[in-house]
Amino acid sequence: MDTTFSAQVNELSEQTIELCYHCHKCTAGCPVAVEMEFGPDRVLRLIQLGQKDRVLGSGDIWVCASCETCATRCPNEISVAAVMDALRAISMAEGYATPEPDAPAFHRLFLGIVGRFGRMHEASLMMIYKLKTRKLMADMDSGIPMILKGKIPILPHRVRGMNEVKRIFRETGS
Amino acid sequence: MKLNYYPGCSATSTGQELDLSVRAVLAALGVELQELEDWSCCGASSAHATNRALAVALPARNLAIAQRSGLDLLAPCAACYSRLKTADYVMRHDATKKGEVEAQVAFEFTGSYQVRSPIDVVVRDIGLDAVRSRVLKPLAGLKAVGYYGCLLVRPPEVVAFDDPEHPVMLDQILGALGMEVCRWSYATDCCGGGLNLTKSSVAVRLVGRLTQFAREAGADAIVTACPLCQMSLEMRQTGNGSRMPVVYFTELMGLAFGLKETSGWWKKHLVDPRPWLGALAAGGA
Ligand code: SF4
Ligand code: SF4
Repeated sequence: MDTTFSAQVNELSEQTIELCYHCHKCTAGCPVAVEMEFGPDRVLRLIQLGQKDRVLGSGDIWVCASCETCATRCPNEISVAAVMDALRAISMAEGYATPEPDAPAFHRLFLGIVGRFGRMHEASLMMIYKLKTRKLMADMDSGIPMILKGKIPILPHRVRGMNEVKRIFRETGS
Repeated sequence: MKLNYYPGCSATSTGQELDLSVRAVLAALGVELQELEDWSCCGASSAHATNRALAVALPARNLAIAQRSGLDLLAPCAACYSRLKTADYVMRHDATKKGEVEAQVAFEFTGSYQVRSPIDVVVRDIGLDAVRSRVLKPLAGLKAVGYYGCLLVRPPEVVAFDDPEHPVMLDQILGALGMEVCRWSYATDCCGGGLNLTKSSVAVRLVGRLTQFAREAGADAIVTACPLCQMSLEMRQTGNGSRMPVVYFTELMGLAFGLKETSGWWKKHLVDPRPWLGALAAGGA
């Protein structure tokens, strides 16, 4: 059996997925398992079996809400949440196509703004995200009141130590 | 008591009521907050979902600023708290990573401070008796559930200051304000806040469950400590019925303390809590 993929996931996530004996406890407590194609424990099984394309091609890694319930309850102290983080990182780094393209687009944009200003700027984030995902009218019923209530600043704030922030992005390969 | 203070991006924009009420309430309790100079974003879900090194190094820049004064670092936003606490945990427990992060951020970690959450500070440092004695207007008649969400309790070895499956401190604070705290089993169930913008159908389903369970428990509102939960819970209630108010525990502390700033906070909500607060005999809103 080809263990290249499982070794890659173990290393990046700092987990030992071979310890999973598929008791299903993670999946039983996962709030979004019903929205998933496989669910947390079957994702681990597929990694154990070296099924890289099936795992990274599935929407599951982007449907995971990072709620950490699985990591809290696993009898073998495996953090599926950390595995999901690692799978997302691999998927983005290796350019896998996904049925859930909005999530990686959002994260790229979010980090792009932080890399530019040092802080989040919600107005830029929402505007560019809407253009990118072509969902121009989505959530206008809450976005507009938030702007009117003064909750979303129009102009971004720029951190003075931007050279430090940029250095962090550079040094961590992002 | 004096603390370093990290407001974070959410609590200074879409979750402003949290930052405003934390500052006002802690001032009323005699805690001095020193805003972290030139703080930067903790990286939020986007860093940890996609780059594990960045997810530690971005919050570590703020830890580096915090340790200059050595005061404990208070993070009102549950998400920032979780990211700062995770970075702090890595620095304290993983010598190899610590060295890498020190090089990336260009600082030397001393760990002369702790990352704290307001619930923890209110219960452990200030104390419920001090809260009780500051109450001018008990919130009798207001029925609500306390909602923790994910980030203040999981993973427990890193972030938890309360029991991860059955936390009680938030309810204790609300009880000290004279509220009727309803019992329910969903205080730590996920609201889908992390998917609020990228897969909102999931947030709609999870928020629908939570508000239904809160109603079944006899509550008229949900009280939270997290700006992502707060936004998701307000935004993602659907259907024709009236939407349930979702407020921060610190806003209710301000109300019970009789702080005049409270009215400005209620106006910022997407779901106006004032009709609910009208249930207070004295009409606190
Ligand atoms: S809870 Fe742990 S051991 Fe059980 S199926 Fe999930 S990952 Fe495997
Ligand atoms: S972290 Fe992800 S996989 Fe684990 S229980 Fe939560 S949503 Fe499911």
